Amino acid sequence: MTAAEIRDAILDILHDIAPDEDLSNLKDEVPFREQLELDSMDFLDIVMELRKRYRIQIPEEEYTELSSMSSTVRYLEPRMKGI
Amino acid sequence: MYDTIIIGAGMSGLAAGVRLAHFGQKVCILERHSAIGGLNSFYRQGGRTFDVGLHAITNYAPKGTRSGPLAKLLRQLRLAWEEWALAPQLGSSIVFPGIKLRFSNDFELLTSEVRRHFPDQVDNLRRLAAALHDYDQFGQSGANRSAREVVGNIITDPLLVEMLFCPVLFYGGAQEHDIDFDQFSILFRSIFLEGLARPLAGIQKILKMLVRRFKEHGGELRLRAAVDQIVVKDEAVQKILLEDGSELEARNILSSAGWAETLRMCSAATAEEVASPGRLSFVESISILDHAPRSFGYEETIVFYNDSEKFRYEKPDDLVDLRSGTVCSPNNFAYGEPLEEGVIRISALANYDRWAALAPEEYRLAKLRWYDRLAASAARFVPDFRGVVVETDMFTPMTIHRFTGKANGAVYGSAEKRRDGTSHLKNLYICGNDQGLVGIVGAILSGISIANRHLLK
Ligand SMILES: Cc1cc2nc3c(=O)[nH]c(=O)nc-3n(C[C@H](O)[C@H](O)[C@H](O)COP(=O)(O)OP(=O)(O)OC[C@H]3O[C@@H](n4cnc5c(N)ncnc54)[C@H](O)[C@@H]3O)c2cc1C
Repeated sequence: MTAAEIRDAILDILHDIAPDEDLSNLKDEVPFREQLELDSMDFLDIVMELRKRYRIQIPEEEYTELSSMSSTVRYLEPRMKGI
Repeated sequence: MYDTIIIGAGMSGLAAGVRLAHFGQKVCILERHSAIGGLNSFYRQGGRTFDVGLHAITNYAPKGTRSGPLAKLLRQLRLAWEEWALAPQLGSSIVFPGIKLRFSNDFELLTSEVRRHFPDQVDNLRRLAAALHDYDQFGQSGANRSAREVVGNIITDPLLVEMLFCPVLFYGGAQEHDIDFDQFSILFRSIFLEGLARPLAGIQKILKMLVRRFKEHGGELRLRAAVDQIVVKDEAVQKILLEDGSELEARNILSSAGWAETLRMCSAATAEEVASPGRLSFVESISILDHAPRSFGYEETIVFYNDSEKFRYEKPDDLVDLRSGTVCSPNNFAYGEPLEEGVIRISALANYDRWAALAPEEYRLAKLRWYDRLAASAARFVPDFRGVVVETDMFTPMTIHRFTGKANGAVYGSAEKRRDGTSHLKNLYICGNDQGLVGIVGAILSGISIANRHLLK
């Protein structure tokens, strides 16, 4: 997947987790925690959705890489290349 | 072979089921009763739908709220706020002799009422609100401190302490008189800081939504499927035996039937595993009225009443405790449209053993007699509605026991909680009231968090 496709995939997951959020103005550099008030339960859900949808395993010590959209895309790009 | 078998299709079991099925597990929920919901269910009688349980959903948060239990629950179950469409309460009160404290979903109202009636306690009320434990711990700080002690040290007027404990214990007290301060914090927040609400269509709507979600993800729900025995081998559950004689296997078992109740199902409960079930139960009367309560001047959502300065939250000696209770009108929420009929529900503490000892004919008569006494007792605190009643029903601790299997009809389960959700067996987990989170929102969060923590690894 390309960076843009990964971004869409993450948006899709965020939309499922927080259907009430308007994600069209999401700022890629600002942490999800700040913008959407995601907490640790939500981050775990992003990880589990990635595993469910794309069979990607993310080790627990790397969850922090998913803090914002841009860091998430950066982290996932090499890992989702073949998908 | 299932990944997980869940015992009980109440709020906690269904919520756990939704989570596990969503993430691809093969899940089966076994429910003894022919209907779902457990302590929070509904039934049809004489062409009407009656809710059991639900007076109000606690932890109200308006649309767009991102943090707190309701927001967390909606996200975890992938629900939009509109799907519950909660209508906030109109206003409630705590009534003791000669004094009434009104409260709403805006904490300022309670604060101003306290300022009026207990001027020297306003700052203490603020200090109490600030001292409440955070939700983060989800009742798991494990500090085990008596709320009577902690609150008594902050609020120095004993009458105000009693008045604040009244709704908190009624809405979640599993033990007599006192409660753990963690639990107190959760309940105080959920009632006074967040507040009360109700969906127009009652509990049905929420239950149906959970079941639909569960089935969409491939979950299997079996009604009239009572678990008779949990067969134990090598400190693990080997299989489940149902009352109809069939056997099922699963990697993990999650039980919402209660801790003592679950232990009793285990074929080889180890000697040191003894659990005492709760002993606090309730009766509830339901009165259908031919007027909306508002038409005779009753506009409050819930009234918590107590007829002396001391609130005694205990198993009464008599069949019903007439000294205190809660009156709820499902009509008095801010819906966009009115409910079809007027309804008043009154609940009060009750003695399971006394009800259980009655012969069938006596039981029927006792229900009628105590319906009247309860209504008369409540009419001391709310406008008298007895002239406009068109239909009544009454349920007792026996009813709760029969339909949920809860020993002693103990609505909030055992006084001792299994906070981390584990048991004496490797693959058996506990969720629901006996895990420590009570009420509708509490039970749902309990199912979610135990599923996340132990079963979704
Ligand atoms: C009168 C009353 C009023 C209430 N009012 C409110 C309110 O206004 N607001 C609020 O938030 N909460 C309220 N509650 C509390 C709330 O209903 C409970 O805290 C919550 O529903 C508990 O859910 P649970 O999943 O833990 O347990 P349960 O609902 O008891 O679920 C357990 C399920 O397991 C099933 N089961 C048991 N044994 C077996 C077996 N051997 N095999 C198969 N299945 C089995 C039972 O049938 C049941 O369906 C009220 C409760 C009552 C009774």
